[in-house]
Amino acid sequence: MDETDRAIINMLQGGFPICERPYAEAGRALGLGEDELLERIASLLERGFLSRFGPMYHAERMGGALTLAAMRVPPSDFERVAAIVNDFPEVAHNYERAHEFNMWFVLATETPQRIGEVIRAIERETGYPVYDMPKQEEFYVGLRFVV
Amino acid sequence: MVENTVDHDLIEAIQGGLPLVARPYAAIGQRIGLTESETIRRIAALIQEGAIKRFGVVVRHHELGYRANAMVVWDVPDHEVSALGRCLGRFDCVTLCYRRPRRPPHWPYNLFSMIHGRDRQTVLAHVAHIVEVCGLEDVRHEVLFSRRRFKQRGAFYQLPNRVPQVGVRRRSAEQDLLV
Repeated sequence: MDETDRAIINMLQGGFPICERPYAEAGRALGLGEDELLERIASLLERGFLSRFGPMYHAERMGGALTLAAMRVPPSDFERVAAIVNDFPEVAHNYERAHEFNMWFVLATETPQRIGEVIRAIERETGYPVYDMPKQEEFYVGLRFVV
Repeated sequence: MVENTVDHDLIEAIQGGLPLVARPYAAIGQRIGLTESETIRRIAALIQEGAIKRFGVVVRHHELGYRANAMVVWDVPDHEVSALGRCLGRFDCVTLCYRRPRRPPHWPYNLFSMIHGRDRQTVLAHVAHIVEVCGLEDVRHEVLFSRRRFKQRGAFYQLPNRVPQVGVRRRSAEQDLLV
């Protein structure tokens, strides 16, 4: 990864031009030709620095629902509970964190009602309460990683 | 809310990524039966409406050297949440910042921030800096470092409330979730 790759990543996390020749236009701002920018993006994808090049959707405006949920699981029972939780297709991320609340997962469902159903099913199957912590207010963040 | 069929087709067509060709919107349009200018107009509208939050490169932060991530949670007086949330949101190291409900008696925190750094020391230094700049010396907070990541898939968008067309409904791509 060189300085040009870094400039591409820092500049193109959002705000990609929506016009007939967007790579040419974005390239101009970076001092790169259209072909060179295309090659660079392909290479960054191939090397795994980027997961995608395209849109990031707003789940709720797409009709779906998201929430963050947490559980306090005794360490001796953690693996069993993790296996149950990870098996639900609605569980998008699941992180073990160093805290009494040690399991944190994101539920992504096609409808808001489905969130409650999945939470109840996880409680039933694991035997532990699930703490639902939906977002109530979002504060603006740049959502950018500077490299 | 996105409701019409053409927008759903467009959302599906671009969710895996924009084609790496000189005229990507023409290529997308061709797939779903739209002209290039129509495709451009509709994508711009989806961005304008907020259905598309961002349009550009989506990074793999771990591969880019951000190896530590912590959820830093704060117990903030309710009337100060908005102001402090905006203060936290101004830092580059804060990648997400939300107000969420407390769950007493075990969980007193109502302001959640995600802080990334190259290592744990860097994250802790960021937290100390934020405490100082935003005046959070008297606010109880905890830093929850991640230990393991079990699963990270994105959300898939399909065509809801429509009869599936054979060969069209393909879970082809993942969306990274900002939660």
